[in-house]
Amino acid sequence: MMEKMIIGRYVPAESLVHRLDPRSKLIIIFLFVCVIFLANNFLTYVLIGIYTFLMLGLSRIPVRFLYAGLKPVLWLVLFTLLLQVFFTKEGSLLYELGPIKIYEEGVRQGIFISMRFFFLILMTSLLTLTTTPIEITDGLETLLNPLKKVRFPVHEMALMMSISLRFIPTLMQETDKIMKAQIARGVDFSSGPVKERIKAVIPLLIPLFVSSFKRAEELAIAMEARGYRGGEGRTKYRLLSWKFADTLQLIILAVLTILLILLRS
Amino acid sequence: MDISLQNIEYRYQANTPFERLAIKDVSIDIPTGTYVALIGHTGSGKSTVLQHLNALLLPTEGTVVIGNHEVKAKQKNKNLKQIRQKVGIVFQFPEHQLFEETVEKDIIFGPMNFGVSEREAKERARRALKQVGLTEEILEKSPFDLSGGQMRRVAIAGVLAMEPDCLVLDEPTAGLDPRGRKEIMDMFYSLHKERNLSTILVTHSMEDAAKYADQIVIMQQGRVVKQGTPLEIFSSVSELVDMGLDVPEVVRFQRSLEVKLGIKLGATYLSIEELSSAVAELLRGAPV
Repeated sequence: MMEKMIIGRYVPAESLVHRLDPRSKLIIIFLFVCVIFLANNFLTYVLIGIYTFLMLGLSRIPVRFLYAGLKPVLWLVLFTLLLQVFFTKEGSLLYELGPIKIYEEGVRQGIFISMRFFFLILMTSLLTLTTTPIEITDGLETLLNPLKKVRFPVHEMALMMSISLRFIPTLMQETDKIMKAQIARGVDFSSGPVKERIKAVIPLLIPLFVSSFKRAEELAIAMEARGYRGGEGRTKYRLLSWKFADTLQLIILAVLTILLILLRS
Repeated sequence: MDISLQNIEYRYQANTPFERLAIKDVSIDIPTGTYVALIGHTGSGKSTVLQHLNALLLPTEGTVVIGNHEVKAKQKNKNLKQIRQKVGIVFQFPEHQLFEETVEKDIIFGPMNFGVSEREAKERARRALKQVGLTEEILEKSPFDLSGGQMRRVAIAGVLAMEPDCLVLDEPTAGLDPRGRKEIMDMFYSLHKERNLSTILVTHSMEDAAKYADQIVIMQQGRVVKQGTPLEIFSSVSELVDMGLDVPEVVRFQRSLEVKLGIKLGATYLSIEELSSAVAELLRGAPV
């Protein structure tokens, strides 16, 4: 049931993108999220599209799998598109049917915004698909390290993040298990009126909460029992290494940015 | 109710990089009133087979026949709810499914979902509670205030109250103390006899399999490798040992006795009583 969800899931493979340093991937994603807002005409969007699909290709994630996993999100993209098309009232009138008026600017905005949204989703899922949760938190912790000077709890944040990422699959499994147990007791999750379906979630959510709290407590005890005392003086088993490919990726992104600035209208 | 699995195959997450073949070419017949024990290592596909028995998983290949219902691979299947009413599953650690405010509400949840009236459901709850060896005063308590053992029993009562024709048990006594284990297994057995249920038990305990089952099915790496009565299965000890499986203590004792005394008893005995009388017979007949 939850098997198809791919958000936050790591797909092991040997690829250029997998081998990149998590720090460079994080920086690239962060910059990409900013840079994408530079695009404002057809040519710049094509450029962004080429870049995104190039990265996807390099990651060797099967397209069919990606499509199946992102299908639910595509609905959101479509929804954004329709919202823009129907509610932007600028530019020349293209089509009119009763109270529905569609303007040129609306269609343009709709397509651009949903494209931007789509590329953002692709790139950000690429990060989690090609980087293990531990790598992501390690990278983040190192990148945010300067913030320790202002007493920001970087290590604790990173720990919280890795714990929550680590338990996503567990929680999914648990959800699946309890769902099945309740289906066996006659709950119908997939059909019936909306009100009934919302009610059907209760027998799922309560056991999930109960077990999550229990698990959190057990985890805390297990960590204390093994002498966990926070980040002070803690060394790492896996060391991050910045390679030439990482620098190259940043350069490519820089070139893309310059092109976007030159080509945008 | 007859249940029959015909050449079923199941793949988890078909068409993704995570695709994994869980079971292949599994055929098991479970006529009404049979007690079947499913044995195998962790990951051998037992739980996957079990979830086909009430259409929680639909086979990717093959057919599952449950009573008058037929569940085929690659077909839109309707009326799954009717199947689920007939087949009650007690999952591993069933206490994880408890969620209501009171024990009573939790037990009647299943029956009410299948359209049983509230009065009837409450009556069933009382009966089921008695069957699992609890008293009525806990009906008004919150299930989360109970001890682990009590929670387990309440959860089992919740399945029994659906009054299924077929009981599917996935290691129902894992993590219980030996006494509770025996009580619950005996309770399932007497229920099985009383109501002429079909019972499928997934277990790691060879003792339980030898004691209760009419048929034993051994699974390995997603396939059925051996099927037969407990006597047939436990007569070939070496084969079981090769598969890395245990044999009941009684059988192990008999084997080591035979080796030590250099004799052969006529048959394999599955209970202490049978074995001891056979040994007594032997001693009386031929002094060693």
